[in-house]
Amino acid sequence: MSNTLGVRPAPARTLIRPRPRRRLPGLVGFAYAAPAAVIVGLFFLLPLGLVVWMSLNKWPLLAPPTFNAPDNYLQIAENELVLDAVVFTLKYTAVVTVLLFAVSFGLALLVQDRRRGVGFFRGAFFLPAAVGWATATLLFFGLLSDQIGPLNGILEWLGLIDAPVSWTAGDPDVAFGSTVVLVIWRWAGFNMLILLTGLQSIPTEIYEAARADGASRTYIFRRITLPLMRPTIALVLCLMVTGSMLGFEQFYILTRGGPGSSTTSVVMVIVREAFVRFNLGSAAAMSVLVLLALVALNALQLAFIRRRS
Amino acid sequence: MMNMPRRLGALLCAALVVTACGSGTESETPAAPGPVTIKVWTRAATESHTKALADAYNASHDNKVEVTAYPNEEYPAKIATAAGAKNLPDLFASDVVFAPNYVSQGLWLDVTDKFGALPFKDKVAPAHITAATVDGKLYAVPHTVDISVLFMNKGLYQKAGLDPAKAPASLKELAEQATTIREKVGGDTYGTYFGGNCGGCTLFTFWPSVWAEGGEVMNAEGTQSTVDGPQMAGVFDVYRKLFEDGVAAPGSKEENGTTWLGALQAGTIGVAPGPSAWLGLLEEKGIDVGVAPIPGVNGGASTFVGGDVIGVSATTQQADAAWDFLAFTLSDTVQADLQAKSKSTVARTDLPATDPRVQTMNDIMAKGRTPYALKFNESYNDSQSPWLKTLRDALFGADPAAGLKSGAAAITASLNQQ
Repeated sequence: MSNTLGVRPAPARTLIRPRPRRRLPGLVGFAYAAPAAVIVGLFFLLPLGLVVWMSLNKWPLLAPPTFNAPDNYLQIAENELVLDAVVFTLKYTAVVTVLLFAVSFGLALLVQDRRRGVGFFRGAFFLPAAVGWATATLLFFGLLSDQIGPLNGILEWLGLIDAPVSWTAGDPDVAFGSTVVLVIWRWAGFNMLILLTGLQSIPTEIYEAARADGASRTYIFRRITLPLMRPTIALVLCLMVTGSMLGFEQFYILTRGGPGSSTTSVVMVIVREAFVRFNLGSAAAMSVLVLLALVALNALQLAFIRRRS
Repeated sequence: MMNMPRRLGALLCAALVVTACGSGTESETPAAPGPVTIKVWTRAATESHTKALADAYNASHDNKVEVTAYPNEEYPAKIATAAGAKNLPDLFASDVVFAPNYVSQGLWLDVTDKFGALPFKDKVAPAHITAATVDGKLYAVPHTVDISVLFMNKGLYQKAGLDPAKAPASLKELAEQATTIREKVGGDTYGTYFGGNCGGCTLFTFWPSVWAEGGEVMNAEGTQSTVDGPQMAGVFDVYRKLFEDGVAAPGSKEENGTTWLGALQAGTIGVAPGPSAWLGLLEEKGIDVGVAPIPGVNGGASTFVGGDVIGVSATTQQADAAWDFLAFTLSDTVQADLQAKSKSTVARTDLPATDPRVQTMNDIMAKGRTPYALKFNESYNDSQSPWLKTLRDALFGADPAAGLKSGAAAITASLNQQ
């Protein structure tokens, strides 16, 4: 920053010709952008390039890599886990996005207006987001465990179940449901907060004018709140879809991808390929495909929302 | 404590003399550098053992050993990432069944000659040495030897009117005793417990019952699964019935290994197979336990000789210092002390045990096996492994026979996957 500030006045005062003056703002802009550009280059573009290069090579743990394109990409089709994992991840993304959005938006609307005690509820809803993701998952694992957790005992005491239920390893649908509940509990407050900032950025005068014109609550929500919330909703949906497509911890810790491989996500397959099977090249190829899918999905989503708005 | 500085001084002098003698005989060794720190990685299951060995070594040597332990499940990934970054520690231990894969990846140095020079080389757990040997070259040595045995809760046996000295001679007898305990004691007490959602736990405790009656779970090359054989089906049948009848604790269905020890430490399980290393951990909780071999469905006995091997990593810069620690860990005094303190089997097979239960373990070890497969982790231990699906189909599925048949095919495919 000090360089930029030091450079700016000196040439502007001493040089008379207009050419350097025109170049100067460009240079200053470049200087401002340079730190971010260096970080993006070092921590995003370079690793991305390395992953693409790995995906084109047989990459042993210690020995030097050997070029084998396109074998790593062809191997993906032979991996029996991949298709199931893709189907499961898409199903999970659809279910979680719809439910999580509905709950988050509902909570945001509930605590939107400033009234007595609303701060307590905002804090309470956001509180799970303060727990680390892996920690929260482990917490749920303990809670749901028949061996060490209290849930089965409480439900039996209340007479809601007759025998202990295996929440994470019995029925695939129950294990899936447990995961969805965990995700909603942990992430609803966080998304509520983003949606709340969107809701509060809508000028209150618009609502007042609508009410003065006799508009109903539903009409106001449909015609004012929703259209003005579009950019925020787009952001939240992008975060939810990307987060769900890259889901890992909740399955790795809570269900271990089971029972069977019924809750195995795409990222779990990538991790297994790299660190259990030591096929780093094949894992890199899968990562490249997931990245392309995510870019395409987000582009579609944003284009759709922009077009409608 | 007053004598500590003097003792340390004496040890230092002794070390200097040894170093001086050593440098005289090994002319290729460069001038003795200062003390070095040897970094050792191990998994949580082995942590206390490795740290005890490191403490003993650090107390008597100039070089220092620094132990870092990682959670069991994450450990293979940690090794893989460190290897990929050429950043392995000087020594790292591994579950013995993963050893062939690490050797094939070139992660350990060849220690054949160094091991061959040890005076007790023939007295070191043979199953582990075989597992770490490829093409006649040895790449790792035994670190912990953990075998699977039956633990009988003597208090619960007496409560149920059973004789705790009469260990089950067959799985059928085990089922009878477990059922009696469940019926006579009842409440929170169950007859038995197993890791029904844990590939590693079940292969460690169920496979010995197959071997006990001459059965096999795969071929010697580790390329063909035979879990659809009659012995394996018989073993699953016993445990399946125990679960269906409510004799096995309900938690058995979702036990993925995380709370396995805790369940036995609660003192509410009558008889269950488990790792020999747990004897001391169960007694710590005040449970009086008896130890017996794991029987087959109709008789016989066997065990899974598991545990960890440890090798000098291929990326270390101080291989000699690292080996010095390994040779120390296998020596007579260290191993005898360890056996007495840990109340479990150790890497040496020639040291008599003072605790009769440990002697029982040592005797069973001779009948045990360490199965070999290059693709062991991905086929059996990993949570997405075909073995886990197979065992769940066989224990809790609608058609166990079909589950074992399709499971054997899936495991064979996994064992042969490139």
